[in-house]
Amino acid sequence: MEDCLAKKMEITVSEAEKRTGRNAMNIQETYTAYLIETRAVESQSEGQCAPVESLWRRYSEFELLRNYLSVTYPHIVVPPLPEKRADFVWHKLAADNMDPDFVERRRIGLENFLLRVASHPVLCQDKIFYAFLTQEGGWKEMVNETGFQLKADSRLKALNATFRVKNPDKRFTELKHYSDELQSVISHLLRVRARVADRLYGVYKVHGNYGRVFSEWSAIEKEMGDGLQSAGHHMDVYAASIDDILEEEEHYADQLKEYLFYAEALRAVCRKHELMQYDLEMAAQDLTSKKQQCEELATGTVRTFSLKGMTSKLFGQETPEQREAKIKVLEEQIQEGEEQLKSKNLEGRDFVKSAWADIERFKEQKNHDLKEALISYAVMQISMCKKGIQVWTNAKECFSKM
Amino acid sequence: MEAEGRVPGLPLPAGGEGPGADSHLAAGALGTARGPLLAAAAEVLALDDEEDDLEVFSKDTSLAEVNSLSPSVPISPSSMINHYKFEDGPELRDLFITVDDPESHITAIETFITYRVVTKTTRGEFDSSEYEVRRRYQDFLWLKSKLEEAHPTLIIPPLPEKFIMKGMVERFSEEFIETRRKALHKFLNRIADHPTLTFNEDFKIFLTAQAWELSSHKKQGPGLLSRMGQTVRAVASSVRGAVKNRPEMFTEMNNYMETFSQKINLLDKIAHRIYKEERDYFNEMKEYGPIHTLWSASEEDIADSLKGIAGCIDHCCRATEKRMAGLSEHLLPILHEYVLYSEILMGVLKRRDQIQGELDSKVDALANKKTENNLFSEEIGKLEDKVERANNALKADWDRWKQNMQWDMRSTFTNVAENNLHYYEE
Repeated sequence: MEDCLAKKMEITVSEAEKRTGRNAMNIQETYTAYLIETRAVESQSEGQCAPVESLWRRYSEFELLRNYLSVTYPHIVVPPLPEKRADFVWHKLAADNMDPDFVERRRIGLENFLLRVASHPVLCQDKIFYAFLTQEGGWKEMVNETGFQLKADSRLKALNATFRVKNPDKRFTELKHYSDELQSVISHLLRVRARVADRLYGVYKVHGNYGRVFSEWSAIEKEMGDGLQSAGHHMDVYAASIDDILEEEEHYADQLKEYLFYAEALRAVCRKHELMQYDLEMAAQDLTSKKQQCEELATGTVRTFSLKGMTSKLFGQETPEQREAKIKVLEEQIQEGEEQLKSKNLEGRDFVKSAWADIERFKEQKNHDLKEALISYAVMQISMCKKGIQVWTNAKECFSKM
Repeated sequence: MEAEGRVPGLPLPAGGEGPGADSHLAAGALGTARGPLLAAAAEVLALDDEEDDLEVFSKDTSLAEVNSLSPSVPISPSSMINHYKFEDGPELRDLFITVDDPESHITAIETFITYRVVTKTTRGEFDSSEYEVRRRYQDFLWLKSKLEEAHPTLIIPPLPEKFIMKGMVERFSEEFIETRRKALHKFLNRIADHPTLTFNEDFKIFLTAQAWELSSHKKQGPGLLSRMGQTVRAVASSVRGAVKNRPEMFTEMNNYMETFSQKINLLDKIAHRIYKEERDYFNEMKEYGPIHTLWSASEEDIADSLKGIAGCIDHCCRATEKRMAGLSEHLLPILHEYVLYSEILMGVLKRRDQIQGELDSKVDALANKKTENNLFSEEIGKLEDKVERANNALKADWDRWKQNMQWDMRSTFTNVAENNLHYYEE
């Protein structure tokens, strides 16, 4: 990965700003713009700090970039963007796109996206991506000029292929199942986690009431007064601690969410394979039928029932010249077809090979990342418990002094 | 003045306070003779003198305002009365009561539960040293009202309520019966520990009489009408402004009780709320663990980590359950008890006011007519003393109770936290 862009360049999404402007439909709207800062790494070793270059991008431009990458590199599992709208929130978090916490988390997610693309051995070399990072003006036009939208496969086509393909590579079928399972289990987990967080929040916050009542109560007590008062203080600390804890957990949730969205990217690769395979199968089928036709015409035997056969029977045979012409055309078509088939086969095999290589890479990345996320989650829980122990030990002391 | 049977060799307290060392009995003393009171009380305690001895030194400073003696001065029985703690150490108790074994009885008219009451005692006035009787809730109610009648200004421990509206619905559900049993057990034990109440005649009968004996005894006693008459007079006198002569201490107590009652009610609500929230949390957590296990089925490399986390989450669930049990067993009942107590105390204070009202009117009458009202006043003054003592004793008890209660609760919590920690570290 020596050529990896991430090694050569520091990339950060450092700020987010609210802007108003006119959108494509010339309607005034409010949106958030993100500041991308890049700095070449190499010159730092010379003891000089390279200048930081920066430009502003909004979410829709990120989307455009990603679409471009998905279409241009269909065999790559393209990193996902952070969610467009806040999902899986528990009641304290706003589901509002303008909410500062949401914007902050999105900023981190976008940075993460850029870093992932920059560290990908294939994607990081893409010129459009580089331009996204460095060229403020005219980038959109540049992207559109690549004409990638035309290359995009229609949804309908893809769906059709999925149903009709006969012989997809088994590995891709398995992978698709896996990605379905992954998606369902992670989304279920996130939902439950949100509910658990909600409840935990409730438990902690009600303890804050203790603080208030203890404080009021301590006013009328003599010996118990001090103990109560300080215990009440600890209750307040306890109640307040949940905010930080849950914020940390949000990061964990975001990590899981990334892989939730990755599942979609995985599926996209599988779909592409199915599409290609289907194309291949269709081409092969087409070729076979053409060959058959040719043979029939040449030998005059009707092997299979065909409309041509029927019509010729009904309306008389064609003239030999006509037949010759037809055969000629067919032979040309067969020639073309065979070449196409060959190249499609080759394409298909190449696709499978490179896709599978990237999938292996992805798997490793996923295992590594998820393991780390799970570990950090456990660490978070431990720290939460440690805090709890501390608070309650203090409270216990206060109570015992009452 | 000094009662017989007390520990020999104890000199009278210094300070020229006269025979009987009366003035340190009550800060708000009205100056009436305390003679009869002391003799009676000291006699009552004579039996227990040898046991009491120096144990009666209280750590509680709330009595400091009442008693001018410093701990280093040897005590006389009179001051022993003041210092007599609400709860002696267990080694000093001579009356042990347990309430257990609830059984339901079905008759043609009704179904009810009886509880077995077992008493073990070394006291002389009890004919035997062990008793076992069965009592139903109504009997407890009877006992309580008799005690209230006999000692209107003492603090009678609370009884569990007749019927709890929220929470348990079924009158005969196991939980309800068990909660009630525990509360009844506490009730009897508190009476046993009370220096005065423990020697109440009705109490003794309650503990020892067979069922038929008890019912015949119940039928005796002052009629309802006479008691009502008393109440009417009391209300009338209180309306006449008994408050004007109320000693400072009781006004303070009244204010205190009002605020306390408010706070304890709030705490009770909060604790219930916390319990509910924890229950909800627990329910959600139950789902949380299995998801990880499900996920691990699709994975290879991270399957073990996922299973590990699932296991930890389940441990957390169990720990949460323990925590909830701790709450409902320890904290909630105690808070509830003190809610009831606060009500009782308000009642006691009111009755004290009534009595004072009577006293005041008698004093007025005395000033006007010089009739034989001395004894009356004495009686009333004596009752006032009782109130004070009971109040102070209870306050002291409270504080220690609080400590214990909170300690329990906190240990439960720290336990949970530690459990979490331990399991997650695995």
